[in-house]
Amino acid sequence: MSSRDAIVAEIPRLRRYARALTGQSDTADDLVQDTLERALEKWHLWHSAREFRPWLFSIMHNLHVDTRRRAGRIDYCDNDELAEVPQRSEATDALELRDLDRALALLPTEQRAVLLLVGLEELSYAEAARALGVPQGTVMSRLSRARSRLQSILNGEAVPQLKVVKT
Amino acid sequence: MNAPISEDDLHAYADNRLDAARLTQVEAWLAAHPERRAQVDAWRAQSARLHRAYDAVLDEPVPARLMPPANQSRWLDLRRVAFVAWLMLGTVIGFALRGEMPRETSPLAAGAALPRMAAVAHAVYTPEVRHPVEVGADQEAHLVGWLSKRLGAQLKPPRLDEAGYHLVGGRLLPGERGEVAQFMYENAAKNRLTLYVQPQAAQAADASFRYANEKGIDVFYWIDGRFGYALSGSTGREDMLRLATLVYRQDPR
Repeated sequence: MSSRDAIVAEIPRLRRYARALTGQSDTADDLVQDTLERALEKWHLWHSAREFRPWLFSIMHNLHVDTRRRAGRIDYCDNDELAEVPQRSEATDALELRDLDRALALLPTEQRAVLLLVGLEELSYAEAARALGVPQGTVMSRLSRARSRLQSILNGEAVPQLKVVKT
Repeated sequence: MNAPISEDDLHAYADNRLDAARLTQVEAWLAAHPERRAQVDAWRAQSARLHRAYDAVLDEPVPARLMPPANQSRWLDLRRVAFVAWLMLGTVIGFALRGEMPRETSPLAAGAALPRMAAVAHAVYTPEVRHPVEVGADQEAHLVGWLSKRLGAQLKPPRLDEAGYHLVGGRLLPGERGEVAQFMYENAAKNRLTLYVQPQAAQAADASFRYANEKGIDVFYWIDGRFGYALSGSTGREDMLRLATLVYRQDPR
C-alpha cells in the first residue's frame, strides 16, 4: 500500500475526529487538509506500521494546538456560569449534534481531545498518549475529568465555563 | 492477590480495554457498588452518544479538496477527469479553429495558452446546470480563503454588480504550472462570465489588455504582477471589453 493509499484510508476517521474536535465542518476539513499535507511531507519520518493512526492524530493535534495558540489563548475560569445547554430526551439528530457540539466546546481542549480519541476514535490509552505527546497517566486523569465534566454539562449542572481570553 | 479496583480500571472497563481476568474482578466489584456501576454506564452512554452524533461523517463522501495528489502529480483525482476533458476539448477547438495538425507538440506550451485555456475552461463549466462551481458565493469567505491558499496569494473576486453580474462561485483547476482559479458570474439573462486567474512565472512581465476570440468565446486577458487574468464570455466584444475594464480596475488580488 502506498503512502497515499494508507493516508486516504484514514481520511474519514480524521474528518470525524476533526469535526467533533472543532465543532464546525469547514474548520474541521481545513484541519484535515493541513494534516494530510503535513503527513505526506513527513511520510519519510514515519516507520512503524503499528502506530500509523496515532501518528496521524498527533500531526492533527499539533496543528490544532498551533492554530488555537495563534487565534487566542483558552483560559479556565472557575466562577463563571454555565452556558445553557438545552435538555431533550428525544432530540432530532441535528439538535443532538448541536447540543453535543456545544457541550464539547465547554471542555478544555486537552480534555476534549482525550475524550474523543478514546471514546469516539477508540484509540488505546497508549495510542492516545502518543497522539497527544503526553504520558499515559496524564491521559487517564484528563479522561476522568473530561467524562465527569461532560456528564455535568449534559445533565445541566453548573460547571466552570471556558472563556477565550485575548493574549 | 487482587489489586484494588482503581479509577483507571473503571475507565478501562467502560472502554472494553480489560483482559478477561481483570474484567471478571471489576464486574464483581461493580455488582457490589451500584453507584459506581451507574457512573460507568454513564461513561459508556457518552461514548455511544459521540458515535451517534459524529459517525455520520464516516459515510460522507470525502471532499475532493482533501484527496492527496496521486503518483506525485499535483492534480487531484477529480481534477484529472476535468483536465482530460479539457485537453480533449482544447484539441478539438484548436483543430477546428486553425486547421492545425492535431499532433501539435503541446497545446499548453506557448505563452499564448492563457486565452485558450481560459476559453476552454469557460466552455467546459458555464453550461453546467447543477455543478457550475465547486464552492458557491454563499460561502464566499471560504471560497476566497481556499483559493487564496491554493494559489499562494490573497485573491478577491471582483464585484460586477454594477454591470448586472453576480458572483456564482469558483473552482480550482489545473493550469500550465499548477493551480488556477476560476470565478463564475451570471446576470439576470443567465449569461455567464468566467474570470480565470493563473499564477505567472516570477520573471513574466506585465502585459496590457489583449483580445482573443476562441470559437465564439470572447476573451480579454492581461498579466499583472504575479497573475495572468482572462475574462471569458459570449455577450460580444464591446460588452466584454466593458466588463474586463471593470475587473481590471478592481485588481482581483
